[in-house]
Amino acid sequence: MAILVNKNTRVLTQGITGATGQFHTRACKEYGTQMVAGVTPGKGGSSFEAIPIFDAVEKAVSATGANASVIYVPPPFAADAIMEAADAGLELIVAITEGVPVMEMVRVKRYLEGKKSLLLGPNCPGVITPGECKIGIMPGDIFQHGSVGVVSRSGTLTYEAVDQLSRLGLGQSTCVGIGGDPIHGLDFVDVLIMFNEDPQTKAVVMIGEIGGSAEEETALWIKANMRKPVVAFIVGQTAPSGKRMGHAGAIISGGKGTAREKIAALKKAGVQMAASPALIGQTMQEVLKANG
Amino acid sequence: MNIHEYQAKELLRRFGIPVPRGRAALTPQEVRAIARELGGSCVVKAQIHAGGRGKAGGVKLAGSPEEAEKIAGEMLGKKLVTHQTGPQGRQVKCLLVEERLNIEREFYLGMVMDRSLSCVSVIASAEGGVEIEEVAQRSPEKILKEAIDPAVGLLPFQCRRLAYGLGLSGERANLLLSITQGLYRAFVERDCSLAEINPLLLTREGKLVALDAKMNFDNNALFRQPEITALRDLDEEDPKEYEASQLGLSYIALEGNIGCMVNGAGLAMATMDIIKLYGGEPANFLDVGGGATKDKVTEAFKILLSDKRVEGVLVNIFGGIMRCDVIAQGVVEAAREIRVAVPLVVRLQGTNVELGKKILSESGLSIIPAETMAEAAEKIVKAVTKK
Repeated sequence: MAILVNKNTRVLTQGITGATGQFHTRACKEYGTQMVAGVTPGKGGSSFEAIPIFDAVEKAVSATGANASVIYVPPPFAADAIMEAADAGLELIVAITEGVPVMEMVRVKRYLEGKKSLLLGPNCPGVITPGECKIGIMPGDIFQHGSVGVVSRSGTLTYEAVDQLSRLGLGQSTCVGIGGDPIHGLDFVDVLIMFNEDPQTKAVVMIGEIGGSAEEETALWIKANMRKPVVAFIVGQTAPSGKRMGHAGAIISGGKGTAREKIAALKKAGVQMAASPALIGQTMQEVLKANG
Repeated sequence: MNIHEYQAKELLRRFGIPVPRGRAALTPQEVRAIARELGGSCVVKAQIHAGGRGKAGGVKLAGSPEEAEKIAGEMLGKKLVTHQTGPQGRQVKCLLVEERLNIEREFYLGMVMDRSLSCVSVIASAEGGVEIEEVAQRSPEKILKEAIDPAVGLLPFQCRRLAYGLGLSGERANLLLSITQGLYRAFVERDCSLAEINPLLLTREGKLVALDAKMNFDNNALFRQPEITALRDLDEEDPKEYEASQLGLSYIALEGNIGCMVNGAGLAMATMDIIKLYGGEPANFLDVGGGATKDKVTEAFKILLSDKRVEGVLVNIFGGIMRCDVIAQGVVEAAREIRVAVPLVVRLQGTNVELGKKILSESGLSIIPAETMAEAAEKIVKAVTKK
């Protein structure tokens, strides 16, 4: 089953003629993802490695039946690209682009209200259902098919966690990057709702970080609704206040959004916290053993 | 990005928000001239990017141009230490000289990018002049909030609701409406992440005036805000952090002695955390990005090692898109070029890791290899403690 993407997902790339778009479109295709179309305004009619390129998302959708999009277009044009994809009725939009103005994302979120499209990102590594479909920039070979769901605000730390899981023989159902920006699409709770309903997923790894209060809100939801064990890690325990730690959203402001508060909230919700970023896999292994 | 109070007030003035008469000055003579223009009696305010200036002696009243000049002479060049500057303080290089106003009441008016609601929210409180976080802690019922729908903007009824909540009515409610809408226009048009007027002053003459102003801007939007970018004051920033940002590296200086070089923000924070767990102290946050090249690695090393407190370096790379052999080559060449003299622990994982390790071990450099993050943290902490 898995969530969000599977072997039937048909993906188009927005920004397929840029270097990043080409590199990752090729890598996703090699992984086995159905990369069916590309979109770059003005480049319609050409192709990239036998993938047809269109001027507009709606044209690509009607010609190829694409139902998901991945966006690599530069920050000034990313919001427009997301809204074009939503207008074309795509079920899933994965925005990889880092550096989108936050005010643009305010407008995007308002535009998406009432539309059927789900948005991941921006500033996220993407989503992968191992062995079936990879949309994004993650290294495909560290993932294994299995039953652990992963949801994270981070990129490379997710790879680290997944690598730990795979080495312990704990494969993954779907791994979802929700992105490091302050205002983004799907949040922890949206993804946990899906994992909760997914028969393939037996347990979930959640990786949060400093900034905002999404982890605290998620903790409340987990306590009330989650039927599967959750292992979590929060990064930024040593981060200073008032500094943006790489991700636009990773900032402690006015004493709020600290790792300490988030860890306390998650513990209170019954979430098993990994004591160190090196122990995420092991903690999950112990939790799965304890749950039979 | 932050700007100074005098710059924020100039910006707010252009969006129709009343601010006190006055100007910024760099010398005591200028301060005296401005004080004279203002009629003698004035306020002299140190311009640094930190709050808590009043308590630290950075805001002073003067009764005459001569007194203003004397105060300016004492403030300029001094290090001002507030609860936000850290113990090292900030040097005062610029002063804002303003007219004195007759205070009837003080309010708080602010706007933030509301992450939970995915929109801009206005926050107001009848308790002005103190930090809003403090009010929120102590008496949350005194915080008024309106979420702004980006499709229609800040609506007049929302402003009236705030005004009534603050105890303002009639003409005064209209003044608040005008100020709040101006602040929202400034917020949106200039890509703010935070805009605070604290206090918003009600004068005895019945006027509302922005007595202090703080504005932060979304770094992601600076490409389309040349006017804001021009206000950047490099004296207020860590030179290493600025240099790194110019090279496309994300670097933040910390207090410890173990330098870190990592790819990805999450893994970089995790690396800091694990160093601490093993009893060490990270000297910095450094994200070399997903596509780190040899040149970037070299530049990153230079920035790391320019911090004299660094007694050891931990490189933690999860090579996904970047291949480990490329990273290893970069580390070796960089370490040779700049002669890294402190213990260097390198942990590589991911694509082509075996080749990467081989390059490190055959380099002839005294690089301490590590398999896992935990092992890497343990080894660097031990190496630094031994010294």
